[in-house]
Amino acid sequence: MPNLKEVRIRIASVISTQQITSAMKMVSAAKLRRAQDAIIQMRPFEAKLKEILDNLIDSAGSSAGVYAQTRPAERVIIAVITSNRGLCGGFNASVIKGVNQLIREKYPEQMAKGNVSLACVGKKGTDFFKRANAKIFSSRNEIWDKLTYDNAAEFVGEILKLYAEGKVDRVEVVYNRFKNAATQVLTVDQLLPFNIESSKNKSPKEAIKGIKPDYIFEPDQEQIIQDLIPYALKVRFFRSLLDSYAAEHGARMTAMHKATDNASELIKSLKLSYNKARQAAITKEILEIVAGAEAINS
Amino acid sequence: MNLEILTPDKKLYSGEAEYVDVPGQAGRTGILSKHAPMIAALKAGKVKVRDMQKQEHFFDIKGGIVEVRDNSVILLAE
Repeated sequence: MPNLKEVRIRIASVISTQQITSAMKMVSAAKLRRAQDAIIQMRPFEAKLKEILDNLIDSAGSSAGVYAQTRPAERVIIAVITSNRGLCGGFNASVIKGVNQLIREKYPEQMAKGNVSLACVGKKGTDFFKRANAKIFSSRNEIWDKLTYDNAAEFVGEILKLYAEGKVDRVEVVYNRFKNAATQVLTVDQLLPFNIESSKNKSPKEAIKGIKPDYIFEPDQEQIIQDLIPYALKVRFFRSLLDSYAAEHGARMTAMHKATDNASELIKSLKLSYNKARQAAITKEILEIVAGAEAINS
Repeated sequence: MNLEILTPDKKLYSGEAEYVDVPGQAGRTGILSKHAPMIAALKAGKVKVRDMQKQEHFFDIKGGIVEVRDNSVILLAE
């Protein structure tokens, strides 16, 4: 028989936990909406940039500069995008798993030679790989405090510079892509070398349109491409960050929703056992009184 | 002409404009209505926009690209 007072205290504590989880859910929902707005805001920009780049590359051929040169993969940087905070289900664990899998399957030799380094965004990933003694090239957790293009560009700019100098041969980004509030898709995106073919083939519509206006190029086509590719790469990285940010809040919202539901269930069963105990106590008391009265009468 | 100035973070300007002056890599370039199709790389500097009410607007950019086509100007700023 559970003690009445104990059960009452349990119920009170579960209720306050539920209040916290439901508040966190609400906060995440609000932040998710803002994150989604940012992605939507970004879309026309991204589309236009891609269109211009495709146009240019189509007519310019293969002279896309240093970022498109493919070298044998000797030194690898993997950008790991996780969150700063936990309580979001399997969000960070899946990224960490994805990174380990990528290393195991694609870069085992480079790893054995110690040529794989990690660039972490987000405290969870940084902490995990620090504990695992992985080689961390840089970590920027404060990007999440203020997610702007400038911050992201600065971070990825360093990596681009290393690539241009030939100090790194492959750059991969591992992050959670936002699909909807309940689903995150783990994505591995090869940032460098820049894949011209893929960006060409993705736009059959443009090819059908065929006749392109006779552009004036200022200063000249090749120069523009060379300027544009790092810009496009930075934008792509920023997009990954935005995606991950939205996915994080989606994951947290779902996790907190489940926690709130579980708490309601727990409260229900606790209340049931509380009422049973109370009933039992009353019955016992009545029995005692009746027995006492009977004892006096006889 | 129709002008749009976009950054990855937000939309800086959208609407009709009479004249826009951009910091091209080969020097400042002014774009008036019905300009020939052009793609130009930009460097850091100020973008000057004069709207239909002759009001002037200034935007600081760190680089980017501008595309002029069919009497519409799209400026992707960094």
